[in-house]
Order: sequence, then structure tokens, then C-alpha cells
Amino acid sequence: MNLLLLLGVPLFTACAILLWRNQQQVKWVALAGSVVQMVLAIVLLFAFRGERAAQHTSQLLFEQSYPLIQSLNIHFHIGVDGISVSMILLTAFVVIAGVLVSWNVEKMTREFYFLLLLLALGAYGFFISFNLFVLFFFLEISVIPKYLLIGIWGSGKKEYSANKLVLMLMFGSALIMVGMLGLYFAGNHDFDLISLSHATISPERQNLLFPLLFLGFGVFTALFPLHTWVPDGHSSAPTAGSMFLAGISMKLGGYGCLRVAIFLLPEGAKEYANIIIILSSIAILYGAFVTMMQKDLKYINAYSSVSHVGFSLLAMGMLTQTAITGALMQMISHGLMTALFFAVIGMIYDRTHTRMVDEMGGLMKVMPFITTVLFIVGLCSLGLPGLSGFVAEMTVFMGSWQRDDTFHRIATIAAAMSIVVTAVYILRAVGQTAMGPIKHAAHLQLKDAAWNEKLAAIILLAGILSIGIAPGWLNDLLTPGAEIIMNRIAGK
Amino acid sequence: MNEFVVLMKSELMVTAIIFLLLFIKVGKGMKNEQLLPMVQTLLLVNLILGFFFNKEGNLFGDMFHTSSLIAFEKNILNLGVYLIALLCSDWLKKSDNLSEFFLLMLSALLGMFLLISSGNLLIFYLALELATIPVAAMANFDLEKKRSSESAMKMILSSAFSSGILLFGISLIYGITGSISFSELPQLADGSSLFTLAFIFLFSAFAFKLSVVPFHLWTADVYEGSPIAVTSFLSVISKASVAFILMTVLFKVFQPIQAIWYALIIILAVASMLIGNLFAIRQQNIKRFLAFSSIAQVGFILIGISSNDTMGSTSVIYFILIYLFSNLAAFGVASVISEHTGKENIDDYKGLYKTNPFLSWIIALALFSLAGIPPTAGFFGKLFLLTAAGAKASYGLILVAALNMIISLYYYLRVVRAIFMDKNDSPVPAIQTGASVKLGMYICAAGIVLTGMMGWIYDYIQSLH
Repeated sequence: MNLLLLLGVPLFTACAILLWRNQQQVKWVALAGSVVQMVLAIVLLFAFRGERAAQHTSQLLFEQSYPLIQSLNIHFHIGVDGISVSMILLTAFVVIAGVLVSWNVEKMTREFYFLLLLLALGAYGFFISFNLFVLFFFLEISVIPKYLLIGIWGSGKKEYSANKLVLMLMFGSALIMVGMLGLYFAGNHDFDLISLSHATISPERQNLLFPLLFLGFGVFTALFPLHTWVPDGHSSAPTAGSMFLAGISMKLGGYGCLRVAIFLLPEGAKEYANIIIILSSIAILYGAFVTMMQKDLKYINAYSSVSHVGFSLLAMGMLTQTAITGALMQMISHGLMTALFFAVIGMIYDRTHTRMVDEMGGLMKVMPFITTVLFIVGLCSLGLPGLSGFVAEMTVFMGSWQRDDTFHRIATIAAAMSIVVTAVYILRAVGQTAMGPIKHAAHLQLKDAAWNEKLAAIILLAGILSIGIAPGWLNDLLTPGAEIIMNRIAGK
Repeated sequence: MNEFVVLMKSELMVTAIIFLLLFIKVGKGMKNEQLLPMVQTLLLVNLILGFFFNKEGNLFGDMFHTSSLIAFEKNILNLGVYLIALLCSDWLKKSDNLSEFFLLMLSALLGMFLLISSGNLLIFYLALELATIPVAAMANFDLEKKRSSESAMKMILSSAFSSGILLFGISLIYGITGSISFSELPQLADGSSLFTLAFIFLFSAFAFKLSVVPFHLWTADVYEGSPIAVTSFLSVISKASVAFILMTVLFKVFQPIQAIWYALIIILAVASMLIGNLFAIRQQNIKRFLAFSSIAQVGFILIGISSNDTMGSTSVIYFILIYLFSNLAAFGVASVISEHTGKENIDDYKGLYKTNPFLSWIIALALFSLAGIPPTAGFFGKLFLLTAAGAKASYGLILVAALNMIISLYYYLRVVRAIFMDKNDSPVPAIQTGASVKLGMYICAAGIVLTGMMGWIYDYIQSLH
């Protein structure tokens, strides 16, 4: 399969959107484009499995490389391994759901969908590029769409949030840029991820570069204490924007931490692993406790994201193969779950015009579909078996438990304790919203989900259930990638 | 004779246009509606011809030097002048003294061509004056506005001052070495403290023209008072030409004292970035805003120059090409809005997107490119500058530059926010721009988007060395 299609389709769709004047047509073009993307992603999955089944064991499949700037030795090198394939699937699912839930955007519809597809383009490009320069380019391409999506279509203190988010993410990018240039000069003037992984970089240099790269990508994935953009950004963004930010953008950071920082600088990773564990344990507990105090549904999900993403960072710090597989699973599971959560919150907000938990109640009676989905996603968040959250968190804990010294044990236990707190805030929020008497007479007139909202929810639920019930296929995809990273750490 | 024509073809072309304009002016004269398209066409022809028949060689006993790289640099300036003629045509059309404007601008351009090609300090000084004095006259072009004359006065006084320092430096150099030729000086430079002092005098003249901190004080006032066409000429074309010759002088003539100028450039680069950025945050007038932002951009150019190799000079030329597209696009939009409504404050831009989506996207694209955000070319420009400098510079310096990009993003976003997000009860009305303005903006937008994507441009510049 030609990977350029993954870039071509969003780009083509985005350009096609600009040609249409009519709002209705714009929506259908965007939907058609994202359906094609999803089909492509699924075809990619089967093509990838087919190739692997046919004993093609090279690290990357469907590789392509074109010279971009010869005098600086920059090549447009793309390819996929199992990790990229699963991330691309995640992106395709969230994109189509995001397009569907934005069906009612009235203000500047054309620009909205254009920016949304530009975000998707950046994510696909990021996950398939194996050249640091190209990867960084695709990471940064999302800055403009994020800023404009939050600032124009957002709610609340949107200008402040947009500014804060973009400036903090730029800070992360600045660190990544310095680290990236450091790698370039350390590795014989080369940006290529694969050849950099064969270059010998002295441990001193690794210890210098690792924190830059890990912190830089860490800002994107809400590494404590650089997580403060998350609650503001997520709560101010429009529904699809929150879904993209939490579902995809935060995963870009996690993927970068793993693929760039840990994979290329294993000595540095060993040096700083304990600090990562401490920071992510704090994030897990702090995120959970702060969520307990929140009254706004979007803030609840935003802070719980900080806590949940902490699990995948914790697992990265554990440096065992199971834990790294778990980190990746948690990223995908959380991406689907949080996107669905934000979608449901958006649906509720569109109807009740409030996101405050204590102003709602008894919504189960008027909108059974939406509240059922809310229940399922809540249960997924607290790790109910049968849903993706359980599989991911279980793998993380199993991987963490393999480290049997006191320090790692304490961190693992502390992280596992947070699940209790999660149960408290999720059940309270979901219960108050769905159960009990209806608080406002106006709420009696509300309608249940429309076709587009149902479809979006079903697509994301399908993803969550397919991981929750049959995690084997995801495990098969992720394990070889995790093994390669582990081999680097073990020094093989 | 033949060699003379080939080697000096850029200069001769510009001189021919100058004489043509003079004849028209002295003769019957032409209406603006006919004159402006004619000049624009001539400049386009000049630009296209600039790509052909480029040869390397010296003239007048090494006083004049040219090569395909220098010809390319000259053509970047040609492109800039052509774009200014397009972008500011709404303003130019109404001017009573259209031919004088182009006479002055092209004379300054001629001076810059000679400056880039200069092979010794004498012609260097003459060319620098030729490139400056007409611009001061241009700054005074809004004859009825007091601010315009004020800015011209400021400019001429401070240029005179910097010329004085430059001449002092040149005379010291001549006194120490007994030569003013660029090719002889490197062997004669003795690295004594007097020679260093002379170099610092010489360098301050460059710093003044580039408005590097602490020689930047004239910039904001002059930019604000001058008509926008002149401001864009000053901020893009003038700076580009001085940056080009600065590289030649530093890399060739002052190579023996490389350690000294490296430290000097790094300090000034960091100071320019910081001061330019911090002052830009508080500006209200769009011209002053862009003035301080251009001071910060010069800091980046200096970082690229500090690398002292072909990679550095390639990335500086590449960056200047991108900077030209971005800054001219921003000034072009400011010029259109100022010409049609008289508004020049950032607050006046609130709600611009509702009424003028095309202009809004152009200026947003330009500002994102200046901030260095992909997919615009500014991202590539800045990254390559830092890549070039990174071979020598410490991580700390790159980090400082990267952090400065965040500060600059903060204030560029202020304008974007005003345009796209802030509400305004009386926004700028919908503006009908002329066809040539539109053409200029399309060229700039294409340049901003495509220059970065097309990596072969960088390779091409590298191959010219």
C-alpha cells in the first residue's frame, strides 16, 4: 500500500472543501474524505498483517524515501511498523467521529472543516515519518489549526486558552528542536530515525539530549508539571477540537517520547527513568484528586486525561517490554475513550447548554442513548473488564510489577490506588447527570442523539469494544515495536 | 567591452530604466495609469533577465566583483522591488510624483547592487551612500505629512552619523594596512587592537543599516513616519543587501579575526532578538510592530551569519528570500488598509476577517511565516539558520533562539487574534483592491507556502557557492 495516500486524501479533501460554497456540501465532502481515510486505515491494517504473515520481518513496511534537501541530508522517509499502524487507526476513528459530531457547526463551516482536516493531515504525517525533520514538521503543522479552532469556535475564555495552549506547546517544540539539532550533529549530520538508532551517541551526550526531547514531547502529552494547558485548552475547545486534542494530539507527544527520546537515547532513558516515574505518579494521583473537585464535565474529563496519560508515561519509565506495550495500549485506549467522552459531553452541552454536573439530573429519561454511552465510557475510564481501559491498565500494571525493587513497587501501587479515586469521580459525575429527578423543566423537552451523533458514538464504541473484548490483535501489532525499543534499552 | 556589459548587466538594466524614467519626466510626462504598468513590466523583465547570462568576473581592477551567487542575491532584491511596485500600487497610483518615487527607489537599488558587488572599501562606501540617501528622500515622500519629514530628517541625520563612523573605520584600516582592497586585506590584517577597533567601527555601520541592537533606535520612528512602500523597502531590500555584503566582508576580509567577530555577532544577535521581541509586544501601530519584529528577525540572520561557512550563507540567503515574501505580504496588507481607510493600529484590525477574508488570510500567513510555524516557509528558514549555526554554537544559544521564537509567536498571535477572534462594531469596511495588488499578494502567498516545501531552492543556492 502506498503510504502517500494517507497524506494525499486529507490534503485533497481539505482543498476540495475550499472549493464548495454551500455548507451542506462542505459537510458531505468532509465526511466522504474521512470515510475514505478510515477505509485506508483499515486496508493498511490488513495489508500490514498480510505482509507480516508472509514473513516480511523488516522493521518498517511500505517504506518510501525521497530526497528533500540534499545538501542538509534531509529525506522524506516514510514507513510503518505496528505502532504506527495502530496510531493511524486511532486517528482515522477520531477524525470520522469528529467530523460527524461537528455536523451542526454553523459559524464559518468551511474554515472549520478545513482546519480539522489539516489537523488530521499533521497526525497522519507524524505517525508515518521516520525522519526527525519531517516528523517535527508534521508535529508543528497543527499549531495554526489548534489556535484558530479554539479561538474562533471555542467557548468560555477561549482566547486565553488558545494562547496558553499554543505557547506551551511551542515551548515543547522549542525543546524538541534543540534536542533534534543535537541529534543531527551527534549522528553524523543525519535526521533519519533508523540510521540514528544505529549511530553511536556517547552516554554524556545522551544524558544531555534526552531530557530536552522527553520534556519537549512531554509537554504535548501533559507531563506533570507541564500539563496546565490541558484543562483550559480542552474545556474551551469546540467538541471536535477537544476530541482531536485529547484523542490525537496528546498521543503525538506520547509516541514522540517513545519513538524519539527513548528509542534513540536508551542510555539517557535509563538515567532519567526514575524521574519520569516520580513525575507520572504525581500526575496520576494529582490528576485523579483534582478531578474529584471539578464540577464542569469537560474539566472532569480534562483532568482525568492528565491522570490517564500519566499511566502511559509511568509505563514508559518502567522500561520493561510489557510496560511499553501497555503504554501504547493505554495511549490508544485513552484516545478512543476520551474522544468519545468529549463527544458525549458535547452532545449533552448542545442540548442542556450547561456542563455543570449539579445543574443536570435524570437525563437518562429524556436521552437514553446519550446517557448509555456516557455510562459505558465512564466505566471504560475506571477500567471495567470487557472495555479497552481494563486491558490497557492491566498491561501497564503487569509490566510495572515486573520491576521488583521497592521504588518501582511503591510507584505501581500508588498508581493502582488512583483507580479507586477514578471510580469515585466517574460514578459521581455520571450518576448525577443521568440518574435522579430532572432538575429543569426545560430538560424534559430535550431530544435524544441524532443520526450523526449516534454514528460517531457507535464508531468509537466499536473501537473500544474491539480492544476490550479481543485485545490480541492490538497486542500482536504493538509487541514487535515494543520489543525493538526494549532491545535498544537492553543494549542489543 | 562585451565583458563589461555581461558582468554589469544588472546595474546597466537598472540604469537604463532610470534614464527612461528621466526622459519621460523631462519630456511630456505620462499619466500614472500608463506609467505604473510600464514600470511594473520593466521591473518584471529586469527580474527575468536577472536569471540569465550570469558569469563570474572582476572589473575595474578588482573594484567590482560578480558571480552567479551575487547575481542571485541581486535578483532577490529585484524580486523585492517588483513586489513592492505591485503591492503598493494602490498608493502609488494616487501619487503626484510617481516617476520620482521610482527614480529614487531604483537609484537606491543601483547603490545596493554596487554594494553587493563591491571589491574594495572605496566603492563599498560610495555604494552604501548611494543606497541610503535616496531612501531618506523617499521617507519624506508624503510631503503633506509632518511625520514623514520628521522620519526623513531622523534617517538622514543618523545615517550621516553612521557614515562618519564608517569612514573613520575605513581610514584606520587604510592607516594600518595601507590597502583598501578586499582581496589584499586578509593577508595584511595583523589582528592588533587598533585593527580590531577599526573593525568595530566598520561593523557598527553595518549594524546601523541592519538596525541591530543597540543601533536600532532610529528604526521604529522612521518606519512609522514613512509611507508603507518606503517602510517595506527599508525593512526588506535595504536589510537584505547589507546582510549579503556583511557576509562577504566577514567571511573573506575579516576571516583572520574570526574569533573576535564571532563573539560580537552572537552577543548582538541575542540582544537584537530579545530587545526586538520584548518591544514588539507593546506596540500598537502596525508599522512600529513590524519594525521591532524585523529587529528580532535580524537577530536570527546574525545567528546564521555566525556559522562562518557556506552552509551559513546559504541558509541566510534562503531565510532572506522567505523573509522578503513574508514581510512584504504583511506590509502589503497594511498598505492596502492604510491607503483605503487610513487605519494603522492593531486594534483597528479587529474583526477584519468578517469583512476582508482574503486580506486576513494573507497577513495571517505572513505573520505565521515570520513566527516560523509550518507549513509556511518561515519554519524552514529559521530551522535551517539554526542548523547552520548549530555546528559551532552551544545548545544554550539555540535554546535562547528557540525561546525567542515563542515570545515572537506571542505577539504575532495578538494580531491574528484581533483579526479572527475579537469582535468589533465598526470593522474595516470591505476593500476593493486593484488587480496588481492582488497579483503581488498571490505571489507572496505562493512564496510563503512553496519556498519551504521546495527543498531544491536551498540546494540551488548551495550549488551557487
